[in-house]
Amino acid sequence: MNMTADKYEVVIGLEVHAQLATASKLFCGDSIAFGAAPNTHVSPVTLGHPGTLPKTNKKAVEYAIKMGIACNCEIERYNYFARKNYFYPDLPKGYQVSQHTTPICKGGYITIKTENGGTRNVQLNRIHMEEDAGKSIHTMDDEYTYVDYNRAGTPLIEIVTEPDLHSAEEAYQYVTEVRRLVQWIGVCDGNMEEGSLRCDANVSIRLKGETELGTKVEVKNLNSIRNVKHAIQYEVERMIQMAEAGERIIQQTRSFDADTDTTFSIRDKEEANDYRYFAEPDLAPFILSDTFIESVQKSLPALPQALQHKYQNALGLSEYDAAQLCMDKATTEYFDGTLAFTKNYKAVANWINGPVKSYLNEHKILLEQFGLSAQQLAGIIELVEGGKVNFSVASTKILPVLAAESNSNAADIASRLNLLQVSDTNELEAWVEQALENMPDKVKEYQKGKKGLIGLFVGEVKKLSKGKADPKVVTTLLEQKLNK
Amino acid sequence: MEVNKTMVENLAHLSRLHFTDEEKNALEQDLQSIISFVEKLGEVDTTGVQPLQHMSTEVNVLRDDIVQGSITREEAMLNAPATDKTFFKVPKVIKK
Repeated sequence: MNMTADKYEVVIGLEVHAQLATASKLFCGDSIAFGAAPNTHVSPVTLGHPGTLPKTNKKAVEYAIKMGIACNCEIERYNYFARKNYFYPDLPKGYQVSQHTTPICKGGYITIKTENGGTRNVQLNRIHMEEDAGKSIHTMDDEYTYVDYNRAGTPLIEIVTEPDLHSAEEAYQYVTEVRRLVQWIGVCDGNMEEGSLRCDANVSIRLKGETELGTKVEVKNLNSIRNVKHAIQYEVERMIQMAEAGERIIQQTRSFDADTDTTFSIRDKEEANDYRYFAEPDLAPFILSDTFIESVQKSLPALPQALQHKYQNALGLSEYDAAQLCMDKATTEYFDGTLAFTKNYKAVANWINGPVKSYLNEHKILLEQFGLSAQQLAGIIELVEGGKVNFSVASTKILPVLAAESNSNAADIASRLNLLQVSDTNELEAWVEQALENMPDKVKEYQKGKKGLIGLFVGEVKKLSKGKADPKVVTTLLEQKLNK
Repeated sequence: MEVNKTMVENLAHLSRLHFTDEEKNALEQDLQSIISFVEKLGEVDTTGVQPLQHMSTEVNVLRDDIVQGSITREEAMLNAPATDKTFFKVPKVIKK
């Protein structure tokens, strides 16, 4: 299969629909909150009643520009919407209002990680605004389809790549990056389970060296990043098998079955649909001034890749640590916040990527819900770096207590729980002697040359001291005693 | 532009309208005369004239992102031909 697969080049273009995180719809004031009772977020505009007039949501325009700037696009100054005409019950007006033909953002790119550890810019064709459709439910009745129009009119941006992706893995990386980016700049919550982010993949194959694109198949409504990858994997394999068997690949729209990881045809699209686009006469055009675009640009936070670069180069963090911190914006804000109280960059990164993350996972909470302030975390780090408490005691004993007590500081907890490390030699010697007495056989083995046993003795002292003994001093004392 | 039967049928399909053959013939002729009438405009030289997309000169009519103006489900369903009082019901559009 691999030998065969090597003959072909895979060409993929992705369309990602992101619901904008506004409060109201694109052209009227209905709420877009997820999970409301069916048909309660509707108005005459949403329902397409005659005589109603839409009015564009300024915030949605701002968010579309934000995404465009974050993706290095050219921002169109003169904008208008068009009607895309087609009949479907989830589209009350009989047309979708879209910028399909005149996108607000043109060109641009999104940088993804490549399999060899480098990066590559995936070229975008455009980002345009449009309204979402309602939701059809086909399973409630044998005769009827049930429709909920709460979602109809929700503002979307459609982020369209050039056919510039060449494997399922690249597509996976791309959607991961899009998701991080929209969440980072706050234009979409990125929640794929709730449909805030959806992906359609256009997949084709061609023999290597061929310049014309092969017949494409569109796989619709991929609602998780995993599904994007699996659907493309399946589709590529299916196409290669067809090509090898001498079969003609026909242009189709397909859907993905996540239970079997396969795709199936939902309609053949031999001739293009006739959408009869024309300018939406009910909406005035909008013209973007340089001042407005600049104000949007200023509202953008530092982007993840720029921050990762800064963490590596200005703060000397490893690529891994920096990348871990930059997984989401909340983590970088927590990191930056902690740096206001301690300059131990490396230690702060270790603490956030290590004990803090474990704590969050264990308690199934988000960083935003975490009780430990940046200042408290810095306090723990200072204690450990100052040799007053050892790392494991700090992470297992002090961190959980502090996380529940917003008014305490690490030093107080350490003394209250009697966790401060003992470096006083007299006290330590008693534990060291006790430890050696507890294990006479091991002592003999050590003296016969099994020097690795030192760790065991240190562990025993740690146990006797309940973690308070400073392991460095203990090691020295043990060696003195054993080598006498 | 010449209007023919296929074009009438295609337009009827796109608009989800059904016509008898007789009606189609009448429509073909009506459409032909309307289009020929409008085509007269094509004789004007419009080189360098931007298309007039909007009748009003207003631009930038935008609204703030505020939730308001929704109606109740009962009101929303007043004119609906079929509902179960929660959802709008339409003839099944997908065959299982």
